[in-house]
Amino acid sequence: MEIRVQEAPFDFGAECARFAQGREGIGAVVTFCGIVRNDGGQMQAMEIEHYPGMTERALRQIAEDASRRWALADLLILHRYGRMRPGEKIMMVATASTHRADAFAAADFLMDYLKSRAPFWKKEISADSAAWVAAKDADEAALERWG
Amino acid sequence: MTLEILYFAWLRERIGLPRETVTTQATTVHDLIVELRARDERYALAFFDLSAIRVALDQELADFDADLANVREVAFFPPMTGG
Repeated sequence: MEIRVQEAPFDFGAECARFAQGREGIGAVVTFCGIVRNDGGQMQAMEIEHYPGMTERALRQIAEDASRRWALADLLILHRYGRMRPGEKIMMVATASTHRADAFAAADFLMDYLKSRAPFWKKEISADSAAWVAAKDADEAALERWG
Repeated sequence: MTLEILYFAWLRERIGLPRETVTTQATTVHDLIVELRARDERYALAFFDLSAIRVALDQELADFDADLANVREVAFFPPMTGG
């Protein structure tokens, strides 16, 4: 299990390759990458604030919860903070398991919990304004399906 | 009791501080919020709508009626938007 919180960009391809490399006992790796989306075309940058200390702790709890629920050989959570431009990669998760169902379900679970249980806050910056992204009711509702 | 209080995102901006050390008699998070609100307009505005605020005690999410006994660090922030 690996958890990384960093300001620097990451190489998604290289991370995926490294995560999948040298594994013989498993049959599946699932990866997800979140990208800064420029919805209205006006965004110049996204700033992500986080709570150092609690962030790592919350991510570890989410990862441990996923490891208890599914038979995972390994998992990786990487999440950036700081300022990013549209198109930049914000975060990724990777899960490895014997069969694909566990890896898919665990990745989906990790993403649902990362959205609303890890202390990150996004701010969208355009030429003439800056606005904190509001949490969506749907993100909270998404947690209910995991019981 | 002395507490380290941290503010994030728009709470930090509204209050104008990322963190501060506070000496308080409050026994619950809710008591602490009542004390903070009474300080001045910035705090009153920041803590106006509690449905828009989350709290963590020593880096664990908590409820507003949670006890502050043995707590060292209290953080207030809006609902999280990770991922």
